[in-house]
Amino acid sequence: MVSKHIVSSFDTDLTDLNHLVSRLGGLAERQFAAAIEALETRNTSNIDAIIAADKELDTLEFELNERAIEVIALRSPMAKDLRRVIVALRVAGSLERIGDYAKNIAKRSRVIIEHEASLGDNVSVARIAGLVQEMINQVLDAYATGDADLAMEVWDRDMDVDQLHTSLFREVLEKIGENTDQVSAGSHLLFVAKNIERIGDYTTGIAEQIYYVRNGKFPDQSRPKADDSSFSAIDQNG
Amino acid sequence: MSSPEQIKISTKDVTVHYGEARALHGIDLDIRANEVTALIGPSGCGKSTFLRCMNRMNDVIEDCRVGGSVTIDGEDIYGGHIDVVELRARVGMVFQKPNPFPKSIYDNVAYGPRIHGLSDSKGELDHMVETSLRRAGLWNEVHDRLHTSGSGLSGGQQQRLCIARAIAVDPNIVLMDEPCSALDPIATAIIEELIEELRSEYTIVIVTHSMQQAARVSQRTAYFHLGHLIEHGATERIFTNPTHKQTEAYISGKIG
Repeated sequence: MVSKHIVSSFDTDLTDLNHLVSRLGGLAERQFAAAIEALETRNTSNIDAIIAADKELDTLEFELNERAIEVIALRSPMAKDLRRVIVALRVAGSLERIGDYAKNIAKRSRVIIEHEASLGDNVSVARIAGLVQEMINQVLDAYATGDADLAMEVWDRDMDVDQLHTSLFREVLEKIGENTDQVSAGSHLLFVAKNIERIGDYTTGIAEQIYYVRNGKFPDQSRPKADDSSFSAIDQNG
Repeated sequence: MSSPEQIKISTKDVTVHYGEARALHGIDLDIRANEVTALIGPSGCGKSTFLRCMNRMNDVIEDCRVGGSVTIDGEDIYGGHIDVVELRARVGMVFQKPNPFPKSIYDNVAYGPRIHGLSDSKGELDHMVETSLRRAGLWNEVHDRLHTSGSGLSGGQQQRLCIARAIAVDPNIVLMDEPCSALDPIATAIIEELIEELRSEYTIVIVTHSMQQAARVSQRTAYFHLGHLIEHGATERIFTNPTHKQTEAYISGKIG
């Protein structure tokens, strides 16, 4: 923020909103990391705590909504200020959804861990999860600093997420095909993979919102897409 | 009725000097028919001066010189053959403070039609007064006391009486110089609703200090700063995504 408002408490309100978004972002990031860690280390001890902590995100999102509505009602923000407030609302919604997906990953991880035929058959989600975690981290930085260029870098990486998702999806399908003991764990793993891919989409959506705050319009090109998992099937004859 | 894209008023390189001081620096602005155009900007930016160029109200100010051209329906209103009294009947004006004449409600509205000789009979004049008061949304509140003084009305009613008076002479254009700044929010809302209704028949140019009012009532907004027209365009764009930093700073209440 280069220029300041004549009414300085308006600046404080906008800064407070940003801080709430950052806190919410930090929570979503933490939840996602914890869920992935539980799955990767095959350790169920944290899962109940992860599920319980989702409430914090809901409460914080609610508080942020209230604050944003107050700012709109009391300050009548215009132009970029208005975009900032509306985008804070939208980004908060996306972060809350990311938290929901993280919670769902945690729940499914328990089933996966309990039903996995043997540890040797683990399929790793580390690569795609690591990429998406990095994107969330960058997009939150971009949000905090209003850096639309950094946001667009994140936006460009959604294609990598889609490609990794497609290959992970095929890998899991193959495992299921090879070993019917893996159907339960494998099916849940497919959902986990999809959840991570969706978190990537929400992260990309946040990147678009950051671009919108700066430029008053959305990025020109349609979003890069490379998710072919919808066309994948087990080769029954193979 | 004119089509929405039709240009009603066109100004080219309009300059205004008060003595040596230059108040407007070459304003080019086209004002579309049957739209509300809002002129906004900080005090002293020239928006009222510009408004007053459109019915030659600046003529009465000593030392005031207007340059450039202002055309209405293609006719130069600063041309030698223009009858200024007739011009001001075509281009009505409503001011910041309601200023009814110290006469009855009826006579306030009938004044214009009388001096312009627009009615031939008492019946016709009655009809004009009623129509104007109805258009101004005041008829239901005053029809049983038309012959009481206009100054006995509330502020909002007085302002609507002034609007009725302005439209009684059947203008095409109504200029409004901060018409709601002396009114409470309810009276303001009634005037704003009236402006929206009036624009089907008139072209309206409004100067306002209230950004919210400009956003609510206008289709086009023009932002003035220090005698320059900085930016103009569709109101929804000006208030969501203005092009110029100065416009952005002004509408968001920032230190420029």
